[in-house]
Amino acid sequence: MLGINTQALFGQLLLGLINGSFYALLSLGLAVIFGMLNIINFAHGALFMMGAFCAYFLLTWFDLNYWWALVLAPLIIGGFGIVLQHTLLRRIAGLDHLYSLLLTFGLALIIQGVFLNYYGSSGLPYAIPAALQGGTNLGFMFLPNYRAWVVVVSLAVCLATWFLIERTRFGSYLRAATENPQLVSAFGINVPLMITLTYGLGVGLAALAGVLAAPINQVRPLMGADFIIVVFAVVVIGGMGSILGSIVTGFALGIIEGLTKYFYPEASNTVVFLLMVLVLLVKPTGLTGKAT
Amino acid sequence: MLEQLAPRASDLDAALLTVENLQSWYGESHILHGVDFHIQPGEVVTLLGRNGAGKTTTLKSIMGLIGKRTGSIRFRGTDIIHASPHKIARLGMAYCPEERGIFSSLNVQENLLLPPRIADGGLSLDAIFELFPNLKERLASQGTKLSGGEQQMLAIARILRTGAKFLMFDEPTEGLAPVIVEQIGHTIARLKSQGFTILLVEQNFRFASELADRFYVVENGKVIDRFSKETLPANMEKLASYLGV
Repeated sequence: MLGINTQALFGQLLLGLINGSFYALLSLGLAVIFGMLNIINFAHGALFMMGAFCAYFLLTWFDLNYWWALVLAPLIIGGFGIVLQHTLLRRIAGLDHLYSLLLTFGLALIIQGVFLNYYGSSGLPYAIPAALQGGTNLGFMFLPNYRAWVVVVSLAVCLATWFLIERTRFGSYLRAATENPQLVSAFGINVPLMITLTYGLGVGLAALAGVLAAPINQVRPLMGADFIIVVFAVVVIGGMGSILGSIVTGFALGIIEGLTKYFYPEASNTVVFLLMVLVLLVKPTGLTGKAT
Repeated sequence: MLEQLAPRASDLDAALLTVENLQSWYGESHILHGVDFHIQPGEVVTLLGRNGAGKTTTLKSIMGLIGKRTGSIRFRGTDIIHASPHKIARLGMAYCPEERGIFSSLNVQENLLLPPRIADGGLSLDAIFELFPNLKERLASQGTKLSGGEQQMLAIARILRTGAKFLMFDEPTEGLAPVIVEQIGHTIARLKSQGFTILLVEQNFRFASELADRFYVVENGKVIDRFSKETLPANMEKLASYLGV
C-alpha cells in the first residue's frame, strides 16, 4: 500500500523507540540534576558508559549476571556520582554555569580517557541474558525480546521517577528546594544532603541506561559520547528541567529519528538538530520550559 | 542610653532567645553592626525600623540564612551562630519570610504539608482550617494562584503544623487589605495565648502596637532603643522620629 514496506517501517520505528528509551532515561537524569543543582552535567555520557562497563566488570570479575548488574550498577555508579558531587561539584555551587560546564566536561574527558587507555576504542561483547534472547513474531514484524524489554524498563523507570518527583513527599521537598533552597532548609530539611542524593539519582539513571545498552551497543569507552550530543539536543527541545517534558521529548525524538531513517535516511542524523533549531526559533525555553 | 538597653542578668537566664553583638554580611557589604536583644518565653517582640535598617537581615541571621555572621545567638541555651539552617529549625523555630515563599510548583496542600514536624504539639490540620477556612477550599490549587491574603495565611499556617514554639514573622501584613490584616492580628494574638513565642518585624506600627509586649528599634544595623508596651505611650514622639513618620 502506497509503496510502504511495513516490515522495514516498523523495524525503524522500533529502533527509534529503543533510542528514544535511552534519550528519555538520559535526558530525565539531566533534567533532575539541572533542576536541583542548576548545573548542566556534561559528564552524563561518561557515567552512562561507566554503567555499561560496571555491568561488564560485574560479569567478568564477580560472575554477577545481567539481573544483578541492573540493580548494582546504578547503585555503584550513583555512589561514584555522590562522591564526585561531594568532593568536586559542591565547590562550584552558585558560580556561573561556565564553571560547572568546564568541570563536568573535564571529568567526562578524564573518565573516557582512562577507559580508552585500558580498553581501547573497540567494543567488548556483553551477551543478552538468556531469558530475553530470541524474539516474538507479531505478524507484521519480528520483535526481538530484549529490545521490547529495554522499552518497557525505560518507560517504567521514567514513570517511577516522575511519580517520585511529582507525587511523593520527597518529591515535594525536591521541587520546593529547586525554587527556594534557603527557605526549605529553614523548615528543617537538609538541603545539601538532598542535592547530593539528587545527583546520585540522576547518575544512577544514566548508569541504568548504560546497563540496558550494554547488550545492544557493545561496551565501549565512547558509547556515551556518541549518545550524549543528541541527548543534549533532546533536553534543549524539551525544555531544561522539566521532568515530564524530557521523558516525552526523549521518546518522541527517538521515534521521529526512526521515521526519518525510513522516509529520508540522509537526514536521520541531523533531524534532531534541525528540530532543535526550529524549537529555539519559536520557543527559546524549549517546548515545556518556563520562561525565567 | 546603653544602661537602659542592657538587660538584667536574670532576664537573660530565662530568655528563650538571646542575640548579642550580632554582625552580618551579604557578600562584601556589612549589614548588621551589632544587634542585641532577647525574648522571654511567651512574649511577642517586635523589631521596628525604617526600610533597610536590618530587620529582615536580623531574622535571616537567626535562622542561619546569612552566610557570614558573628556574635552570639543563643536559642534555648544552644549557641546557634555557626549552625546550619536545617539544624536551627530542628531546635524548634520556624520562619515566615517577607516574600511569603509560597512554592509555585506545589499545590496548596503540598505547601501546607511541606515543613516537616520537628516537635510534638503542632496544630492539627483541623485547627489550621478553623483559623483559615479559606485554605480548606483551595487545597488543590497551585500555591501561587492564591490571592495575596490567602498566600500569607498559607505561609503562616504551614509553620503552625510543625510543632515549633518560636515563630518569626517578617512583615505579615505587608500589602494586605484591612480585613485580612485584622484576621492575621487575631491569629497572632491567639497563638500568643496558646503559649507561642513570636518575633515580629513590622512596618505597620498600629498593628504591632496591639500585639507586642516589647519593641526594639533597629537603625543602621543596630538596636538603638527599646520600649515596653507600658512605656510606649510616653515615648510616641521619640518613636515617630526614629521611624520618620
